[in-house]
Amino acid sequence: MTGVHVSTTINDDPIEYVCPADESMLDVLRDRLGLMGAKEGCGTGDCGACSITLDGQLVCACLVLGAEAEGREITTIEGMADGEKLHPLQDQFINNAALQCGICTPGFLIAAKVLLDREPNPTETEIRYALAGNLCRCTGYDKIVKAVQAAAKDLRKQNMKK
Amino acid sequence: MGDKKYTGQDFKVVGTRVKRPDGIDKVTGRARYGADMNAPGQLVSLMLRSPHAHARIIKIDTSKAEKLKGVKAVVTAKDLPDLTNGNTGLFDTLENCMARDRALYDGHAVAAVAAIDKTIAKQALKLIKVTYEKLPHVTDVDEALLPSAPVIQPRYAKDGQPGNFMSQGEFGHGDIEKGFAEADVIVERSYKTGQTHQGYIEPHACLASVSPDGTGELWVTTQGHFSYRNTCAQLLGMDIAKLKVTSSEIGGGFGGKTHVWMEPIALALSRKANRPVKMVMSREEVFRASGPTCSTSMEIKIGAKKDGTIVAARAECRYMGGAFPGIWGTLGGMTAFACYNIPNNKAIGVNVLCNRPKVAAYRAPSAPMMAFGVESTIDQLAKELRIDPVELRLKNVAREGTLAPYGPVWGPIGIEPTLQAVRDHPHMRAKLGKNQGRGVACGFWFNIGGQTCSDLNIGQDGSVNLTVGTVDVGGARASLALIAAEELGISYDHVKVNIGDTSSLGHNDTTEGSRGTFSSGMAAIFAARDAVEILKARAAKMWQIPPEAVTWEDGHAKAVGAEHGNLPPLSLKEIAAKAGNTGGPIAGHHEATADGAGVSFASHIVDVEVDPETGKTQILRYTVVQDAGKAIHPDYVEGQFQGAAAQGIGWALNEEYIYGDDGRLQNAGFLDYRIPVCSDLPSIDTKILEIPNPGHPYGIRGVGETSIVPPLGAIGNAVSNAVGVRMYQVPMSPPRILKALDDAAADEVA
Repeated sequence: MTGVHVSTTINDDPIEYVCPADESMLDVLRDRLGLMGAKEGCGTGDCGACSITLDGQLVCACLVLGAEAEGREITTIEGMADGEKLHPLQDQFINNAALQCGICTPGFLIAAKVLLDREPNPTETEIRYALAGNLCRCTGYDKIVKAVQAAAKDLRKQNMKK
Repeated sequence: MGDKKYTGQDFKVVGTRVKRPDGIDKVTGRARYGADMNAPGQLVSLMLRSPHAHARIIKIDTSKAEKLKGVKAVVTAKDLPDLTNGNTGLFDTLENCMARDRALYDGHAVAAVAAIDKTIAKQALKLIKVTYEKLPHVTDVDEALLPSAPVIQPRYAKDGQPGNFMSQGEFGHGDIEKGFAEADVIVERSYKTGQTHQGYIEPHACLASVSPDGTGELWVTTQGHFSYRNTCAQLLGMDIAKLKVTSSEIGGGFGGKTHVWMEPIALALSRKANRPVKMVMSREEVFRASGPTCSTSMEIKIGAKKDGTIVAARAECRYMGGAFPGIWGTLGGMTAFACYNIPNNKAIGVNVLCNRPKVAAYRAPSAPMMAFGVESTIDQLAKELRIDPVELRLKNVAREGTLAPYGPVWGPIGIEPTLQAVRDHPHMRAKLGKNQGRGVACGFWFNIGGQTCSDLNIGQDGSVNLTVGTVDVGGARASLALIAAEELGISYDHVKVNIGDTSSLGHNDTTEGSRGTFSSGMAAIFAARDAVEILKARAAKMWQIPPEAVTWEDGHAKAVGAEHGNLPPLSLKEIAAKAGNTGGPIAGHHEATADGAGVSFASHIVDVEVDPETGKTQILRYTVVQDAGKAIHPDYVEGQFQGAAAQGIGWALNEEYIYGDDGRLQNAGFLDYRIPVCSDLPSIDTKILEIPNPGHPYGIRGVGETSIVPPLGAIGNAVSNAVGVRMYQVPMSPPRILKALDDAAADEVA
């Protein structure tokens, strides 16, 4: 099969790859680029474990083709921390025990960041609906919601200082 | 080795809410799960699965697939000779991994390929030609016991019994005939529960590598890498010691990753191709071919005196175990009346075969179904007796000294305290609105111990490696580090817990039965105490005094007695720094069968609102009260309570395997098999009770499973209180509730 040549930006880095036309962005990330933070839980867009952003929009990497990334900007969980400084969401997920097995965690963090970028002070209901595309089977979601609330508070404080 | 008995000691770090040591890896995407490992030269493998519920396999022609460029190995049952030596359970596993003469369920593997990439592997699957002769099938547990049902496993059929009846467990005591004769009120009802899946978000995945010299490695997502090793080595004819199995980070298991499903096939492909082979199930494969729990059908009968004294109870429940025999009914029978003190009780759990995938454990396996029937019946009894349902439960509750239905006499147990906490909880007094109702139910789980082996090594800087052979399904590393730190008297941050592979430790039983923190916690305590003895001896050597004159307190060796009492204490760090001159490395070790597991009980409160137009049930409020024995890390104990309750809620309201008339699974995906999402649930409130387990030095009981048991009954009771209809089948899906409402309305008109 002839590959498609793609030039794109992933976590602010310039990236080039060749992939088959029918290969998903998730397979490109995991199998070609070694970015394994996005997980395949279903491959059909139902679980959110492969959540990434494409030009700032929350998408399931399993539903995007690798070829579609041409000229666009992608962020993955690997790009969330700033060097050794964790993002407040990452910190608060640990502080609030918002993960048990952790397989869904990268997807939740990406989805929660998209929410907080858009709405810095969400209600509990807004958080619950914004995260309804991400499945977690371990936690019952309670501690995830609390972690997002705590991170939202941290981020609001940070932004007030700026 | 020290005494395993609970001592009531005060704790310094145990019980604190520290950050988990694997947290950063898991929030940055660095943690490596089953599918996150690669090897040089690895192949991609895929499985061909039966599209039929039951079919004879006449022929499998793999020749075209084998000739396709890029295909390196094709495996069928022919490549897996029967090496099980009369071990029927092992043969069942072999047959489940790959169909032999017959496909026994929709999704049963029939062939596998390994190729240089996924595209070629997919093409190869299409080139394999399987000739099937379709056979009659049965997927319903009651139909499977009819004389007309096809016999699924003739090798297990017994004379005088229906062909798909495997075995039954019968438990209880007293004389139930006499008991029911004494009863003023008797309630007898039938119930059914749907088949649910554990629904771990991480599909089964492994990386297998077998060399022609008979050695091999397996990286795999599993709850039990030692048992995977034993099973795989036996099925492939390898020496157990030559197969190294490493457990990856595990993306949820809940019992579904306690048995091998495809790993022996990945190893067989690797052996044939002499290349590493990666095998990852799709979500559809996970649903069609890996461990769901049983569907059930049951009758429950309970009789009481007018004053609410329950005098007799009987339960009979049929558990559908898929195409292979299991002990699921037997386990269920043991749990049926465990929460209560009933003088005459009998519970029968029947093990039945159907053309469905081989059932695996699912969190407190078999208990939730039986509890749905029992707890629903108790509420109906309370209604007939005009007694508050919580008071009725308290009046008949099991206590220390009560004879348990399955044999033992209870020690100190937590069911009464959990029910009292429920009765006194503010949740019970919160106001309810229209179409809203509240339900309460109880649950029991055994918990287990099992074979456990741990190492504790002290570095020259005084930091500590604790290596355990149970896996970390949700914070266990943090709990075990707390325990080691407590014993040694050092900081939590100075303990690093590793999950050892099968070549680095002696055998460890699978992490199931809520045994992880209980058993490896016990092993950590005794490994640390073993190391402390050495630390004391080394301090004695440094001081040049007799070892008997040294004690251990707060992370320091102290010299005692008039002669030596003025010596300044030596810290663990100071002793470790000199280890090279005082006798070499300092390590502790512990291996044992961890007995003394403590039973666990929970009582739940739930408020629901039922929409009479759509039949949809919304959970408004949820409270879990459970006995933990001792909460080592309270955050992760609460997390277990909440997660278990959420799974129970999904089971109660939504989740169910749906089979068509053709015997094929119709909803093998998360879109159609819908587990609860964030917006479906309220905050789940928790209350941890600590009634110490006398069989563990710290009083630990397992905490992981019990709270999946009460939700089905609690929600059924709440729905009944909300809209006046009693649900006899889970899931209580909107169509079922609407039908119950319609039937009730029709009855009223009539």
